[in-house]
Amino acid sequence: MFKRKHNPPKATYREVFSKGSAATKLSFFLMGSNALENKQWVKGFCLMLSEIVFLIWFFLSGIPTLNSLATLGTVKHKRVVYDAAQGVYVTKQPSNSVLLLLFGVLALMIIAAIIGLYIVNLKSTRHNYVLKRDGEHIPSNGEELASLLDTRLHATLMAVPLVGILLFTVLPTVFMISMAFTNYDRQHPIAFSWTGFQAFGNVLSGDLAGTFFPVLGWTIIWAVAATATTFFFGVLLALLIESKGIKHKAFWRTIFVIIWAVPQFVSLLMMAQFLDYQGALNAILQNLHLISHPIHFIDNQASPWMARITVIIVNMWIGIPVSMLVSTAIIQNLPTDQIEAAKIDGANSFQIFKSITFPQILYVMAPSLIQQFIGNINNFNVIYLLTGGAPMNAKYNGAGSTDLLVTWLYNLTFGQEQRYNASAVLGILIFILSATFSLIAYRRTNAFKEG
Amino acid sequence: MKSYSNQRRLSLIFRYILLTLLAVLWILPIIWIVLASFSYNDTGFVSTFWPDKFTLQNYIGIFNNSQYPFGYWIRNTLVISILSMIISTFLTISVAYVLSRLRFAFRKPFLQIALVLGMFPGFMSMIALYYILKGLNMLNLGGLLLVYVGGAGLGFYVAKGFFDTIPRSIDEAAEIDGATKWQVFVHIGLPLSKPMIVYTALTSFIAPWTDFIFSGIILSTSGDAKTYTVAYGLYNMVHTTKGNATAYFAQFVAGCVIIAIPITILFVFMQKFYVNGITAGADKG
Repeated sequence: MFKRKHNPPKATYREVFSKGSAATKLSFFLMGSNALENKQWVKGFCLMLSEIVFLIWFFLSGIPTLNSLATLGTVKHKRVVYDAAQGVYVTKQPSNSVLLLLFGVLALMIIAAIIGLYIVNLKSTRHNYVLKRDGEHIPSNGEELASLLDTRLHATLMAVPLVGILLFTVLPTVFMISMAFTNYDRQHPIAFSWTGFQAFGNVLSGDLAGTFFPVLGWTIIWAVAATATTFFFGVLLALLIESKGIKHKAFWRTIFVIIWAVPQFVSLLMMAQFLDYQGALNAILQNLHLISHPIHFIDNQASPWMARITVIIVNMWIGIPVSMLVSTAIIQNLPTDQIEAAKIDGANSFQIFKSITFPQILYVMAPSLIQQFIGNINNFNVIYLLTGGAPMNAKYNGAGSTDLLVTWLYNLTFGQEQRYNASAVLGILIFILSATFSLIAYRRTNAFKEG
Repeated sequence: MKSYSNQRRLSLIFRYILLTLLAVLWILPIIWIVLASFSYNDTGFVSTFWPDKFTLQNYIGIFNNSQYPFGYWIRNTLVISILSMIISTFLTISVAYVLSRLRFAFRKPFLQIALVLGMFPGFMSMIALYYILKGLNMLNLGGLLLVYVGGAGLGFYVAKGFFDTIPRSIDEAAEIDGATKWQVFVHIGLPLSKPMIVYTALTSFIAPWTDFIFSGIILSTSGDAKTYTVAYGLYNMVHTTKGNATAYFAQFVAGCVIIAIPITILFVFMQKFYVNGITAGADKG
């Protein structure tokens, strides 16, 4: 590269503070003063203004917010108290812990942001100090602004998306993680308190354990079965369409992919109707005299394993086209020399598939298989729309035999149970599950790659 | 020699039969949905494959249903999806470009944090989002738009995979000629990524038409059917607690067919990008 970045010798912050000018020293307490001294007006004013606004906010509303984050509100129950000033009895409503928790988390994020800005301020101060010490040119206000479109383009382009991510992904996630450590449930719907790991105890060994472990088991069986079936048959379908002599390949592919265009709440709700006890499939089978009585596929009287197998089969209908598309792209790029050699040696097409094509595809697709596996652990739509968890299981608490952890999580929050803390615990456990699997899998595939 | 060619022809015929059978199996439920939308039906249930009696009444009915204002739903969804398409595409492409082409200190940590955030189930944050929007007094279409757009910065994987395939030497050549990074982005990065922009725009356009969960949680509190989106409105038609699911079931199916047609056309159109997206993202990890 021709334009090597200027890399001045580093200075410690101690040196900056002891040898710097008054404004540089002040910069450690009042952000932006060093930038203003060097006539970097915009940067200086922004930094200074954010510190002033932050301090005003912090003393007026930040401290009370953080205090109530620690207690989640002092009034836990609705009660009548005597108001001495007015001489009457007034009803005190319980504190709204949800909002207190939310604003508390938001306050923590604001504090983290200001610490980040402070670090930026210190770095820029040190940079300016070093430039001045070495007699180099200090960027002017205009140059500082221009760098936002050049060497600091990443900051410009990332600013808006980052705010979106912080407010709509990070804040809700942190909020929900903290909810797992409270007793927010039907008994404490408005005011709740911190209870540590009690909710984890309920799920792992308390009254929900009898549901959690069977549902976890079925979730893993489901994820393995759904991923394996769609992958295996998707590859077979792709090979069939790609095989020699088949014409209009794009047309065949489109036919299979069309079901992806229909919104899932339509195709799956209709599939549920199709498979119903009185539905079209039972009618067709009866008309063909294949069965004498209608079968309970997925309704409440179905046997658990009947419903589970039906769900896996319906998922093949949804999932095979996707893995067909992906493996098509891979098959088209596979080296053919091994296959040619095997043919000359007299291998039949089954042997070629088993020993050459399939392992090659498996190797290339390993990362996307992991993604699919995690996607299946969280596959809400298929279960929720098709069976809604049915058949109900009397031994379970708020879940049916086909419920996955995610659909159970949904039921615990939006259903009759209203155990918000338990659903937050489930969310964390699902996260741990996904993270563990992908960590193991990425390690193994990386090991493959390094060879 | 003759027997060999016979055998090949037999195998080809066999493969065609298998393919046709599978295609029929896949397409049959969809044909059934379309047929059901034309069937005369007041039982709330379609128990036959071929309708006993054909009618257009369902399509006329869904547009004149005073309880379920389908026209408003389409208008709402159209507005939301167009706005969400414009904003999300801008956000997603910016993030993907930055992460793929530029190098800065926070890049690696950001990628790792994004990966970790992506592993939390989306439902977990829904209650929080509900309270945030409630606090902002935004349990309406505007709030829904914020939810769709808010996460756009994390959906960069496919677009980043695409940018990774464009050789960096093009950027470097332009920079040697004195172009700023912004000029490289606007005059080289964006024109080269047209297919990716089209793909990102189409996916974010389609999302509001199919999402019934977020829209349900955010819009249901108002109770005003005129503010629903198509997906939640239709879903609500058959899952309402008021118990009129049976009366309007056939109209529900007709409404579904109406929104599925444009989505299907868009989908066939962007199929090619979709495959590229999946495979490009696949080997990067």
